Amino acid sequence: MSPDIAYFAATLAKIVAIFLLSVHVVPIMVILERRISAWVQFRIGPNRVGPLGLFQPLADLVKFLGKEDFVPAQANKVLFWAAPALTCLPPFLVMTLIPFAPPFEVMGRELPAVIVDSSIGIILALALSSLTVYGIAIGGWSSNSKYSLLGGLRSSAQMISYELALGLSVLAVICVSGTLNLSDMITRQTAFFGFDDATGNWAGWNIFSQPVAFLVFLVASYAETNRLPFDLPEAESELVGGYHTEYSATKFSLFFMGEYIGMLGMACLIVILFLGGWHLPGVAALDLSPNVFALVGLLVFMAKVGFFLLLFIQVRWTLPRFRYDQLMQVGWKVLLPIALANILVTGFVVAWS
Amino acid sequence: MSPTLAVQTSPFVDYVGIAPYLLLVVGMIVVLMVLPLLLAKTTRHRVKDEAYECGLPPQGTAKQRFSVHFYMVAVLFILFDIEAVFLFPWATSVQELGPIGFSGAVVFVAVLGLGLAYAWRKRVLDWN
Amino acid sequence: MDALIDPTLLTRIAFYFFSALSIVAALFVVVHRNPIVSAVALVMTFLGVAGLYLTLGATFLTAVQILVYAGAIMVLFLFVIMLLNLEKDPFEEPHVPRLLGAGLAIALLFGLVAVLGGTVAVGTSIRSGSAEEIGKIFFGEYIFPFEMASLLLLVAMIGVIVVARRSDGKEAL
Repeated sequence: MSPDIAYFAATLAKIVAIFLLSVHVVPIMVILERRISAWVQFRIGPNRVGPLGLFQPLADLVKFLGKEDFVPAQANKVLFWAAPALTCLPPFLVMTLIPFAPPFEVMGRELPAVIVDSSIGIILALALSSLTVYGIAIGGWSSNSKYSLLGGLRSSAQMISYELALGLSVLAVICVSGTLNLSDMITRQTAFFGFDDATGNWAGWNIFSQPVAFLVFLVASYAETNRLPFDLPEAESELVGGYHTEYSATKFSLFFMGEYIGMLGMACLIVILFLGGWHLPGVAALDLSPNVFALVGLLVFMAKVGFFLLLFIQVRWTLPRFRYDQLMQVGWKVLLPIALANILVTGFVVAWS
Repeated sequence: MSPTLAVQTSPFVDYVGIAPYLLLVVGMIVVLMVLPLLLAKTTRHRVKDEAYECGLPPQGTAKQRFSVHFYMVAVLFILFDIEAVFLFPWATSVQELGPIGFSGAVVFVAVLGLGLAYAWRKRVLDWN
Repeated sequence: MDALIDPTLLTRIAFYFFSALSIVAALFVVVHRNPIVSAVALVMTFLGVAGLYLTLGATFLTAVQILVYAGAIMVLFLFVIMLLNLEKDPFEEPHVPRLLGAGLAIALLFGLVAVLGGTVAVGTSIRSGSAEEIGKIFFGEYIFPFEMASLLLLVAMIGVIVVARRSDGKEAL
C-alpha cells in the first residue's frame, strides 16, 4: 500500500470515527440522564435492559422505530418532515470543527484529529450552531398546533437572544489568544497557569484570564441548547412538549439527538476556549511518542468534555426553571452588558500590553 | 499604512472533509426517518389527526398573529450580531492595532451601547 | 491528500456544486407559493453563496455570510412571515402585472449577462480574506466608515423601536 493511500484511508477512518463518536454520545447521555435523574429523585430508574439498564437506549431505539409516524392533518407536510432534519444537521456540522486531540502521526505525516482545521473555526462553529433555530421554529410552525407554535417561537427568540452573549463572550477570548483557529487556541494554552516566556503573552488556560467570559459562555450555552434552567420552549407544565408536541417516532428522537449533539458541541467549545483543550499539566514533560501523546490528549479532552456533559445533567435536575420574562431579561440586561464590558476591559489590557 | 498582502494557498481543500461526514449524517437521518414508515402500522382517523389541545377539539386555527415583541427582539439581535461581526477582525489583531485600534472599538461599542440603553429605557427588553 | 485529489479540480467541482445549489434554491424562493418554504430556500441560497466565498478563499466572509445572512437576517424574515400569518398568497394578482414583472426580470437577466459576460474577473488581485487582514484595514485606512457603520446600526435600532411602538402613546407593548 502506498503511503498516500494509507494516509487517505486514515483520513477517512478519522471522519467515520468522529461521526461515530458524536452519534454514540447520544445514547450514553440518555442513559446517564435517566439514571442520574432517578438517583437525584430517589427513584430506581431504568435498570431492566442489560446489566444496570445499560442497554435501555437500544430498547428505546427499537421502540422509536416501531412507533407510528404521526402527521397532523392540518400540518404543512414538507416542512413538518424537514424540521427534524434541519434541527439535527447543524449540531453535527459543528463537530467537524472540533480538534479532539493533538495531531496523530501516520506514515511519517501529521494527521490532525479534526475534520476541518478552519482558520475561522470559532466563528464558523457559532454560525453553524445558530442555524439550529430554523428547525425548531419551523417544527413549531408547521405542526399547526398552538403549543408547538408558542414553543417554537419562544425557543427561537431565546436562542437568538443568548447567541449574542455567546458570541460576545468569545470575542474577549479571541482578544487574549489572537486567533480564530480552534487548534491554535488550544496550543496557546500550553501552560496551566502562567505567561509565555518568549512573548510575554498569556499562555495558561483561559478560564484564569477570562473568568467572566467563561461564566457568560457557560450560562449562554445552557440557553442555546434549550436546557434547564432555560428549557422554556419545552416547559412541560405550560406547553405540553413545546415545539415537538406533535412529533412521534424517530422524527421526535431526531430533535433530541440534535439537542444532545448540541450539548456535546458546546461542551467541546467550552473545553477548547477556556480549559486548554487536550492539555493536562505534566503530560508534555513525559516526552511521549507523537501517537501516544495524541491518544493521551484525546482521553484528557474527552474527560473534560465528559465533566461538562455531566454538569449539564446535574444542573438540569437541580435548578428550577426561569419564567419567560426573567429569561429574556437575564439575556439582554445581564449577560449582554457584562459581555460588552468584558470585551472593553480585555481589549484595554491587551492593547496596552 | 498599507496592509501586508498574504498569499493564500487554496484554503478550500481543508474543508473537503465535510463532504463524506455530511453524507454519513444525512444517510443516518434518512434511514432513521424512513424506517418507521416501513416497520410501523399507520392508521388514520379524522379525530386522531387533529392537533393536540388537551384532548378537546382544537379551537380556531393555530396560525395566529403573535406579539410584535418577537419581531423587535429579532431586529435587535441582527444589529448586535453585526456589531459582533465587526468586532471579530478587531479582536484577532488587537495586539498589533494597540491603543488606536482600542479607542476605535470603544467608540463603536459605545455608540451601540446607546442603542441598547434606548431599548432598555423604552422597555423593549421587558416582557409582561 | 494533495497527491490523490487535485485541488484545482476539487475547487472547480465545488464551484459548480455551490452555484447549482444557489440557483436551484433561488428558483424555489421565487416559484414556491408557501412563503416559509421560500424562506428556507433562501437560507439554502445564502449557504450556497457562502460556499462560493469559500472557494474564493474569502474565509471570513464565508463565516459572516452564514452568521449574519443565514443565521440572523433570515430569522427576522421567518418571524415577519409568521407574524403576518402569510401562509397563503393573499393577493390574487391579475395576470398582466405578473407577466410584465416576469418580462422585466428576463430582460434584466439578459442585460446583466450582456454587460458582465465579457468582463474578466479581477479576483486574483484581491487581498487575503482573513480576519486579521480585515481588522488591519478596518482600523487603518477605513476607520471613519467603520465608525459610521455603528451610527447606521444605532439609527436602525432606534428606528425599529419608534416604528413598532404603539400609536396610542404607550411605551412599546
